[in-house]
Amino acid sequence: MNLRRDVFQAIADPTRRAILLLVASQSMTAGAIASNFDTARPTVSKHLQILTECELLKPEQNGREIHYHLNPQKLKEIADFIEPFRTLWDDRFNKLESIMKKYQSKQ
Amino acid sequence: MKRKTKIDAEEGQQALLVTREFDLPLELLFKAYVEPDIVEQWMGTKVLKLENKNHGGYRFVTTDPQGNKHGFNGVIHEFIPDRKITRTFEMENTPFSVQLEFLEFEKLTDTTSRLRMHIVFRSVADRDQILQLPFAQGVNMAHNRLQDVVHQLMDHQ
Repeated sequence: MNLRRDVFQAIADPTRRAILLLVASQSMTAGAIASNFDTARPTVSKHLQILTECELLKPEQNGREIHYHLNPQKLKEIADFIEPFRTLWDDRFNKLESIMKKYQSKQ
Repeated sequence: MKRKTKIDAEEGQQALLVTREFDLPLELLFKAYVEPDIVEQWMGTKVLKLENKNHGGYRFVTTDPQGNKHGFNGVIHEFIPDRKITRTFEMENTPFSVQLEFLEFEKLTDTTSRLRMHIVFRSVADRDQILQLPFAQGVNMAHNRLQDVVHQLMDHQ
């Protein structure tokens, strides 16, 4: 099963956004993060897993504990406002290409 | 092979370069810009007028998912089949100024071609605002809090 996580999908969830805001001020353990939410601990773990998979969070072994901290590099990718413009044109051009391929095969 | 659209937008400049290679012979790529019914299909618009000649003009109308109509128009300055279209582009009823577009079509091999679209805006601010439109719309539609969150997060860096 392909579990590739989309960054935009990851931050579409309000709890995950709250986690990112929490960790932005300081790196924290999963337990410390979970203590900020009423949600069940396994649910928070699942959120952390998703955020880690899409590289918004980076886990770091610190003695016996794992601290989660923010990955600013990945955040910059989200903030890259040109990407949606590029995607818009890419989609349009993909459409052009497939329409013309069909057109070509009809000739 | 997956061909990707490339955007070059140097900071502080009022121009933009969109480049894309196609798995299509040059003639077919050019045709997609010339035949009104084909333009309608890939641009998702209605073509009211398309005069492919020097000193010609065009007008498109697009209907958004809410049913609002948006008009686009321009003048075709230069039209050289299979090579070049120079035209203006204007979004009607918006604060954006008209922009100048240089479209260059190029044969790569018998079955592949390239389009370079060089767009010049009235100002750097105009360019950046237009670049941000799809971003802003995406934010509004799917993740309307995204921008806030990103800014909050950036403030912490």
